[in-house]
Amino acid sequence: MSSASPLSSAFRQAFSEAWASGAGALLPLGFFAGTAVLVPFTLGSETEILARIGPGILWLALALASFVTLERVFQADLQDGALDLWVQEEASISLIALSKALAHWLVSGLPLVLLSPLLGLMLEVPADQTLPAMIAYGLGGLTFFLWGGVAAALSASVARGGLLIALIALPFYLPTVIFGTLALQDGLDSTPGLLLAASGLFALGVAPAAMGAALRLAAD
Amino acid sequence: MWSILANPHRFMAFSKWAIPISAAIGALLFAYGLWQGLFIVPTDEVQGGHIFRALFIHVPSAWLCMGLYVGLAVASFVWFIWRHELADIAARAIAPIGAAYTALCLATGSIWGKPTWGTWWLWDDPRMMSVLVLFFLFLGYMALRAALETRQKAARAGAILAMVGIINVPLIRVSVDIWASIHQGPSVIRAEGPAMDWIYLQPLLIGFVGQGLIVAALTLTLMRAEVFGQQADALMARRLAGD
Repeated sequence: MSSASPLSSAFRQAFSEAWASGAGALLPLGFFAGTAVLVPFTLGSETEILARIGPGILWLALALASFVTLERVFQADLQDGALDLWVQEEASISLIALSKALAHWLVSGLPLVLLSPLLGLMLEVPADQTLPAMIAYGLGGLTFFLWGGVAAALSASVARGGLLIALIALPFYLPTVIFGTLALQDGLDSTPGLLLAASGLFALGVAPAAMGAALRLAAD
Repeated sequence: MWSILANPHRFMAFSKWAIPISAAIGALLFAYGLWQGLFIVPTDEVQGGHIFRALFIHVPSAWLCMGLYVGLAVASFVWFIWRHELADIAARAIAPIGAAYTALCLATGSIWGKPTWGTWWLWDDPRMMSVLVLFFLFLGYMALRAALETRQKAARAGAILAMVGIINVPLIRVSVDIWASIHQGPSVIRAEGPAMDWIYLQPLLIGFVGQGLIVAALTLTLMRAEVFGQQADALMARRLAGD
């Protein structure tokens, strides 16, 4: 522990934890695919309907899938005492929280983005939109995990915080969902596309501080 | 002025008188505004006849619910920086009142919208969406506080959430603003002066001040109840300790 900085060790730990714990990365992936596959059955499978709502469904599935793992992001650290160690080492809790959120995005968010072309194909998303859509999903997913991380850090000491995380995080997801959906309609270089990127940067600036403050509170 | 009230004893002495006075004046002004609005001012045919009278509840509740969220965030900020107990008590008192006013704003807006726009609810309207999000922010705040076991933790977590929420409100506002709107533009607070006739504006503003005073009285009442509750807890703890 003395050789590695708390920052990189937190990152590596989050990374290996997510891979190691059973279906860590597969669970949100399966949830994401399952949600997307349910939609044609509930809303009808006509090609023109799917082409209209397909990109939106993937946004919804991405937002919901981010909730699947968020509950455990910081709770495990609180329970096994890692959080107390970080506080004692006087490392920057905000940066550690940021690195954990990024690691979780890499493990549970990025696979969803990589899967999205396949699901997009099934949901009649036009082929020329695939690459911009992936960029938008990646950016939006990162924003989801940052704001979701704030909600998860706030409810880290709550026993079954899953529903609480969803309730707290939903208002913060809204701008990303709106900008993201409009960006897929108008293209990435349109105003909504730029605002999507801006809201991601905003979350990158604000969320780590909030996560740090919330984690310090949970460690008390 | 506010730092004087930061002393709990002075706060209790002040609120003891402030509550009945502001409640009485508020009720009087509110009743006057309501009476004017419901019976005296002429019907506005453009706004759908008598239903436009919902204005005298709807507009003040919209202003108040936004004001209450700002109040919640400011109280949270004060508590977070200076750890002043009364600020947290204020934040805790504001949350349910704010949620109730947000719900009132949404309900009166829907009732007004049905006959005039022909629909209870529209998803692509920025104002409705921002008020709805405000409602969820209030709900999330209360749920988070209720879920944490100690007072201190609830206060800290709530303060962080309220502060993150307020810096997000402009972003949420922008996001819903780029959707098309059918809600009328601002007609009272704008650069060229109010567009509304004085005959409507006067009962509206008087009613708003009245409701504001009632909200202040409610907030102070909840705060007093909380202070009394804490005093009772302290007494109980001393008795249990065998003092």
